Amino acid sequence: MAISILKRKNKKQKQSASARSWAISLTIIALAIWAFFTYLFDKTPDAVQSWFQVWMPPSTINESLVWVICALGLNIVVGYAGLLDLGFVAFWAFGGYAAGWFMSGFFHQVNIHIGSMSNKAIPGIHLSFWLVMILAALIAGFFGIIIGAPTLRLKSDYLALVTLGFGEIIPQVFTNGENIGGFNLSNGTKGISPIDAIGVFGKRLGPFDLGWKFIIYFFLAACMVFVSLRIRGGRLGRAWLAIREDELAASMMGVPLMRTKLTAYAVGAFSGGIGGAVYATHVNGIFAERFNFSISIILLAMVVLGGMGNVWGVIVGALLMAWINATGLPAVGDTFNNTFHTSINFPSYNFLLFGGILVLMMLFKRDGILPEARLKMISHENDDEASNTGGH
Amino acid sequence: MANTSYKARQARRVIIERTFGLAILGMLSFWLVINLIKAPSQFAEVSLIGLSNGILYALIALGYTLVYGIIELINFAHGDLFMLGGLFSAHFIALWFHQTKSSPMGWLVFALALVSVMVFCGAINVMIERFAYRRLRRAPKLAPLITAVGVSFIIQFVGLRWNGSGQKTWNSVLPSGHAMLGTVKLPYTTLISFAVTIPILIALSFIVTKTRQGRAMRATAQDQDASRLMGINVNRTIAFTFALGGSLAGVAGLLFQQTRGLTSYNLGYQLGLIAFTSAVLGGIGNLQGAVLGAIIIGLIQGLNDGLPIGLGQQWSQTVVFSILILLMVFKPAGLLGKQVTEKV
Repeated sequence: MAISILKRKNKKQKQSASARSWAISLTIIALAIWAFFTYLFDKTPDAVQSWFQVWMPPSTINESLVWVICALGLNIVVGYAGLLDLGFVAFWAFGGYAAGWFMSGFFHQVNIHIGSMSNKAIPGIHLSFWLVMILAALIAGFFGIIIGAPTLRLKSDYLALVTLGFGEIIPQVFTNGENIGGFNLSNGTKGISPIDAIGVFGKRLGPFDLGWKFIIYFFLAACMVFVSLRIRGGRLGRAWLAIREDELAASMMGVPLMRTKLTAYAVGAFSGGIGGAVYATHVNGIFAERFNFSISIILLAMVVLGGMGNVWGVIVGALLMAWINATGLPAVGDTFNNTFHTSINFPSYNFLLFGGILVLMMLFKRDGILPEARLKMISHENDDEASNTGGH
Repeated sequence: MANTSYKARQARRVIIERTFGLAILGMLSFWLVINLIKAPSQFAEVSLIGLSNGILYALIALGYTLVYGIIELINFAHGDLFMLGGLFSAHFIALWFHQTKSSPMGWLVFALALVSVMVFCGAINVMIERFAYRRLRRAPKLAPLITAVGVSFIIQFVGLRWNGSGQKTWNSVLPSGHAMLGTVKLPYTTLISFAVTIPILIALSFIVTKTRQGRAMRATAQDQDASRLMGINVNRTIAFTFALGGSLAGVAGLLFQQTRGLTSYNLGYQLGLIAFTSAVLGGIGNLQGAVLGAIIIGLIQGLNDGLPIGLGQQWSQTVVFSILILLMVFKPAGLLGKQVTEKV
């Protein structure tokens, strides 16, 4: 008895130590990247500069942090609670439009300025970036609850379909939102642009202040990691894992299924909203046609590739796939075409790439690059049985 | 005590759900009646368009329902198979046999294309099952579902390479005129769609209910292990089901390409979702249900797109998916499906 408690304690210490080392090393890498791009980049020789512009431009680094934020949110829904969400783009869109509504001159009927650094004479709702983050998260979370409450009692694959439908409806509402009963909700396909600059420490961040934005995005991503890890260790997180592993057993043990699933959904939507708002500030605008199904799928592929349920795995997966999508594929393509004098359109292969990753990972490495130890045991639970009964 | 309050809550919930459901149905019929009074001939024409969409959806929806019925997998790639079928028939008829006009030779090639596209799509679907889904039959539910999404992306990639990134328009080999029924135009293409689809549906129903293979399918759907013990080759039965579903999607692809005259790589995703909604509406796993659901969805979509008082085509997807979500909330088992309790 005593030994087992001791063992468990050791294990717990080991886990938190590993989390700490991950957190520390990621922070150091981030600081190094920031310091490099802020102080050293201009002093490096031109060859190095152009190499970085091709293979690792700062805007790609920032964009991949946006993906990390969203993927961590989806990880709570899919990885922790085991609910397949194929419409995550809806929350992304809500977050984005929250930034569009509250951080721009879009609602020119009114003139509200709260904590924003923009010119007071410009009409529209101009709130501070941090306030908008909170609002975006709340709006997305609210809609997460609205859609989750009636549908979460469905079986897993039906739930996937409902979320998929939701992810189709919301972007269409925004695309057609130019005239909803005479009210311009979203400016339709023209989108909302520009978005107010982020203000930090009395400084307005222009489109080229990528270093500062990097720090802010990194801070938000770090918050998400912290929240994910803290919740997972607590009562709620354990309830999520229990539901993921066996819903029936969990409910027998007194886990309120609906409420627990709904919280997972709401927390996921919450971070989707933050990610959407951050993305709006990153691209300096909202464009309805960007919110399509492939965003939901790319996010899912990130979570699956990295390792469902493992925060560090998801981060690695998100960084990797975001880089491939934004820079890797075009850059590799250009290099390949220049070297071999071909003209293959590499970015058009992204369908094959993402589809292939999903299929191959599911077939051969169902647990991702950095599998979560717990999930690994479960996902191979039936493998022996399959070979016994001739399932192959 | 706790038990009675639970029962009371349950009863109240049923009442609330019924009221909501009836209110929605009431609003729907109100909308239909208003439109019917306002523009009767347009109503009939639009319903006909909706109906001809509906039977296309039915062909696709049957594939979803067959596969779901037997291995409880939402085959996301099914809609894309339909797209591939359309591409195949476009190339078969227009590029390989150079038929771009309505002529006896064209009709012969059309019949040839019908058979080939069925074989083509059936074979692809069997291959997908063999290489992607079979290994995951005992894995947690999420795994095959994610694989299906991945396969869907791969097929879309094939479509993108084959068709290009935009829409392509094609000439049809079917006659383009229309017959008159009173004041209502009946396009020949619609009539031909019916003439092709209805015998296929009858044949399918015969295969499933009367033949040995069909009986094996139904047994496998009920209990795989027991059917294996009864000497049914489960793997072959599942492959056969995929072949059936695939060939139906191929027929739908051919009909869509010939009656609408266009192909596009992302068509399968949109129509596949609509067809899946129809399968769910009818009660997934139920063949008659899929056809019924598809016709209802086709009608609603056609009416919404074409009627004077409606939301219009730009809201088409929203209408269909709202139906899906409302249905999931109020009647997850569908119109003809039976309420199943979770197996323990």
